[in-house]
Amino acid sequence: MSSFSDTFLNMDVLARYAPSILKGVGVTILLSVLIVLTGVVVGTLLACLRSFRVRLLSFFIVVFADIFRALPPLVLILLAFFGLPNIGVVLTSFTVLYLVLALVLAAFAEEIVWAGITATPKGQWEAARSTGLGYTQTLGYVVLPQALRMVIPPLTNRAIAITKMTALGMVIGVPDILGQATTAQSFSANASPLTLAAVAYVVIFLPLVVLSRWLETRFSRGAA
Amino acid sequence: MITDRPTLELRGLHKSFGADPILRGIDLSVARGEMVFVLGPSGSGKSTMLRCCNRLEEPDSGEIFVEGKPITGTGVDLNGMRQRIGMVFQSFNLYPHLTALGNVTLAMRRVQKKPRAEAETRALDALDRVGLKAKADSYPAQLSGGQQQRVAIARAMALEPSVMLFDEPTSALDPELVGDVLAVMREVRAEGMAMLVVSHEMKFAREAADRVVFVDGGVIVEQGTPEEVFERPREARTRAFLGRISE
Amino acid sequence: MDAIIQQFFNIDIMVQAWPLLLRGLGMTLLICLVVIPMGLVGGLFAALGSVSHLRGIRWAAIAFVDFFRALPPLVLLIFLYAGLPFAGLRISPFVAVVIGFFLNNSAYYAEIIRAGLLSVHKGQTEAARSTGLSAGQTLIHVTLPQALRNVLPDLLSNTVEVVKLTSLASVVSLGEMLHQAGLARSVTYNASPIVLAGLIYLVLLWPLVRVISRFERRIAS
Repeated sequence: MSSFSDTFLNMDVLARYAPSILKGVGVTILLSVLIVLTGVVVGTLLACLRSFRVRLLSFFIVVFADIFRALPPLVLILLAFFGLPNIGVVLTSFTVLYLVLALVLAAFAEEIVWAGITATPKGQWEAARSTGLGYTQTLGYVVLPQALRMVIPPLTNRAIAITKMTALGMVIGVPDILGQATTAQSFSANASPLTLAAVAYVVIFLPLVVLSRWLETRFSRGAA
Repeated sequence: MITDRPTLELRGLHKSFGADPILRGIDLSVARGEMVFVLGPSGSGKSTMLRCCNRLEEPDSGEIFVEGKPITGTGVDLNGMRQRIGMVFQSFNLYPHLTALGNVTLAMRRVQKKPRAEAETRALDALDRVGLKAKADSYPAQLSGGQQQRVAIARAMALEPSVMLFDEPTSALDPELVGDVLAVMREVRAEGMAMLVVSHEMKFAREAADRVVFVDGGVIVEQGTPEEVFERPREARTRAFLGRISE
Repeated sequence: MDAIIQQFFNIDIMVQAWPLLLRGLGMTLLICLVVIPMGLVGGLFAALGSVSHLRGIRWAAIAFVDFFRALPPLVLLIFLYAGLPFAGLRISPFVAVVIGFFLNNSAYYAEIIRAGLLSVHKGQTEAARSTGLSAGQTLIHVTLPQALRNVLPDLLSNTVEVVKLTSLASVVSLGEMLHQAGLARSVTYNASPIVLAGLIYLVLLWPLVRVISRFERRIAS
């Protein structure tokens, strides 16, 4: 038992590396907030653009959404981080992680919000247009508010799943929680930093997971 | 501009869905203060006709005039035109995310660009006229079907249209809630509104309509006062229809 | 433009990397064949636990599901692969991947199946029990088939996520497709092998992604 705690909960190691892991917590949270904001806004905008049903534009939006939903994010991260410098585009690992995950979330958000827009009854469009509201006004004031409300549960789930992927940053050297912990682990030759990292992730994401379940039951009850 | 032309005028309206002709030359006019009732079997084209009047459906050919001004053809300010034509739907179509007040003020604020305070004053007035001022802050889900439809009427009326279209306004209501909606429609008529109503409320048509129009197969088969159409129908098709529904 | 083709779509390099990637693809498919059924079975049991009448079982199942939904799979994987050896427990990358993905997938599948079970009307159970079916029979013949059908799009969508997730195994040096592509990249200093891996993922997953979109829209309308 003492060897277990020495290995996984070594107080000396924890005390030494806690500050750097705490810094990693800051990086993870910052990245998560940026990714969620960008991804949801861009995804919603794309879904709105798609609703204008301009054939060529919709085609490109669908292709973008499909590719970014079908490819493993790690493939995109490696491509951007190792491939782009070869053609003269050098981005920091933080920027690469942010851009890739924001685009992945945007792709999923586009599909989810689009499903919400198409699920809004036709009568809502007709009622709004019959009072003189234009297409864009109807979309903005009448349809989108209803569509977004409808898709809050799946959107929340997806946003949580993708922000958890910030841990992939470790592969390209982003100093997020996992990045800091693996560095600390190799310096200290001890698994305690990894334990601390796992605890940090669970502390950050468990409330969000519980929240998403609550949203789901609340909204499905509202719909019934 | 004072004109003796009817408030709403349809001339030679045609419309097909694919190869199916729905409207085959409709000529109809509604004068100020007149309530015109449109009857006809389902699939006769009466709803399509109504929806062409504010171009929710685009007619294939024909002309529509509101207060003597054409609203068909290109170069028409579609949204400005729709402000002058109120519409009430079978399924109410209230915005579920907005209160009754929010439903009524939306177009006033966003299309007519009225300041919030003025829009709300007018909206409360419109809700008062349908007897629902007290429900201004309720959401549609908190209202009965009849109340929702009255809010929908207030939403259309608040824009001060010159004509109102009613597309089977009571068909989705429980029988005991129909009366309230009809009472509101009576009042709208009393205020001098031009009204075009598609409905199956025969008793109401008999009592309140100024003119009844019978549509079948995409054309107007006959029209006249309720007395003429209900008591002494001239056409065999009208008699057959009235015979079927009175059974 | 030339540079982009040279660096990302270099046919010569792709041809050279092809055998390597093909071997990796074999490993990717092997991982999928092992972890998807395991995840489904684990998820089913956790889901049944989470709707159990016994409070202790219910809470334990929900805690399991929430914990592994909150923990990023890569953290779990590195903990198993790089952490356990410090305690003298050395496991192969493959075993680490299987255990890690089993725990992670079970939690996600469980949440979906749980939603499916809750979506089946209570009257279905009552009707089945009133005809003399046992609780187990009711579950297998009545409740579960409906539950799974109701959440089929979500199950499919999660399975796509699992296939994508297998790329994480590259981090613990298991020679699946992305790992092989990464090796080829580091030897050639050219991103084309990773593009090729991406194309193979697209061939595998794009049809599924399309099907899922179609499903979702049909349910919406």
